[in-house]
Amino acid sequence: MSDTGNIIELRDIYKSFGSQQVLKGINLAIPRGETTVIIGRSGGGKSVMLKHMIGLIKPDQGQVLVEGDDIVTMGDHRLNQVRRRFGMLFQDAALFDSMNVLDNVAFPLREHTRLPEQEIKDKVAEKLAMVGLTGVEKKMPGELSGGMRKRVGLARAITLEPEIILYDEPTTGLDPPLSAAINRLISETQERLGVTSVVISHDIEGAYEVGHNIAMLYLGKIIAQGAPSAIRDSSDEVVQQFIHGWAEGPIEVI
Amino acid sequence: MSLMRPFEYVGAKFLGMLDEAGELLLLFLQTILWLFRPPFRLRVLFKQMEFVGVGSINVTILTGAFTGGVFALQSFHGFSLFGAESLVGSTVALALTRELGPVLTSLMVTGRAGSAMAAELGTMRVTEQVDALYVMAVSPVQYLVVPRIIAAVLMLPVLTIIADFVGIVGSYVVGVGLLGINHGIFISKIMEYLEFSDISMGMTKAAFFGLILSMVGCYKGFYTTGGAEGVGRATTQAVVLASVLILASDYVLTAIMF
Repeated sequence: MSDTGNIIELRDIYKSFGSQQVLKGINLAIPRGETTVIIGRSGGGKSVMLKHMIGLIKPDQGQVLVEGDDIVTMGDHRLNQVRRRFGMLFQDAALFDSMNVLDNVAFPLREHTRLPEQEIKDKVAEKLAMVGLTGVEKKMPGELSGGMRKRVGLARAITLEPEIILYDEPTTGLDPPLSAAINRLISETQERLGVTSVVISHDIEGAYEVGHNIAMLYLGKIIAQGAPSAIRDSSDEVVQQFIHGWAEGPIEVI
Repeated sequence: MSLMRPFEYVGAKFLGMLDEAGELLLLFLQTILWLFRPPFRLRVLFKQMEFVGVGSINVTILTGAFTGGVFALQSFHGFSLFGAESLVGSTVALALTRELGPVLTSLMVTGRAGSAMAAELGTMRVTEQVDALYVMAVSPVQYLVVPRIIAAVLMLPVLTIIADFVGIVGSYVVGVGLLGINHGIFISKIMEYLEFSDISMGMTKAAFFGLILSMVGCYKGFYTTGGAEGVGRATTQAVVLASVLILASDYVLTAIMF
């Protein structure tokens, strides 16, 4: 058990794909029970960093501590136990497209619990209602709109009542009202379930709205971290350019 | 330096092949490990058996019937040169059960189900559905690969039996019906020369081919990268590699068994 109040810690993470070095010494702590938003450029390694937190990608070097335990060196069995404390919403929801909404949301329950079928159905309906959906159980993922898919993806992520929810670009590709709705959903989920959330985003307004903390990833390093107000008032030119969306500045725009 | 180019090229290709063989082997070993660890997913397995087996019956029947028929036609042509038309039935029966039944069935199932395995797993990979399984603490090898391998290994021998039988019926229709070979001789020569071991060894080969086509299909799908284009590439490569491996291993298995 870690007593620092940080549920996840990345320590000096390096990761390359081929000759391309994506993460160059990431140090980041995720405080328990709060929402941390990681902002940064598209294709800058934000998703790669997020996937390190749940062991989907292993670092070339460095430690990933969840409750003080390094998941990098863990065996599969223990890693799976750690993973059950997580829920993750993927960028395109990653719903199983051979199953309907009910089976998708029920999947973790059927895998990890022995609840009777009726109770599973009730739980699924309850989680779907939590993300603002009713009566969609029989639909296939292909029949759903992008926003609905994300909602179903979130319902699936919270079925086992995780302590930590990871969101991979939850608002990318959605129109502004829908983005706002998803952001509100993230805040509500965090408040209602008291979970720790980590959100990847390049939507700076959304980051101010949902985040208790904001961290900025730039050129493979965390260059700033703090409360939204601290980020807004940051003296770092890169941060200023990014949050204001200027074309001119230290960030090289091709 | 350009003098070294061809060697570099060959070397890089060779290393690439070794890499691939190693990855395939590792996936195979993982599959073996997960085979004996619960939960056993009977529902998923039956779904795959239906897809690989029941779904391939039509194509198997067509392949068997025409192969048997054309084989009878061709061998009749040859045998009539020295008056041995009575051997058409047994020749076709032996060739089908020992060789053509398992090989052609496996090649057809590779095209139908092996390609589908690569495409389905590949799509799941590039749309992060495989990652979603990991995140939900479910092993994708156990959930996706194991049922497909078992289904193919179990169903290919069954399909082969069907192809053998339909093929012999096809050769009977052509030989006795169209070419006028005596019914009694046709059947009795089959009975005389065809042994149970011919059929069972053909089925054993088919089980091996089932392992190859499902393993290659799953492997290519499982390690797909590069979006829709990558899925297409994985599917093509799965069919080509599985077909080549089936034909090559056929020689080895035949040399060992018979």
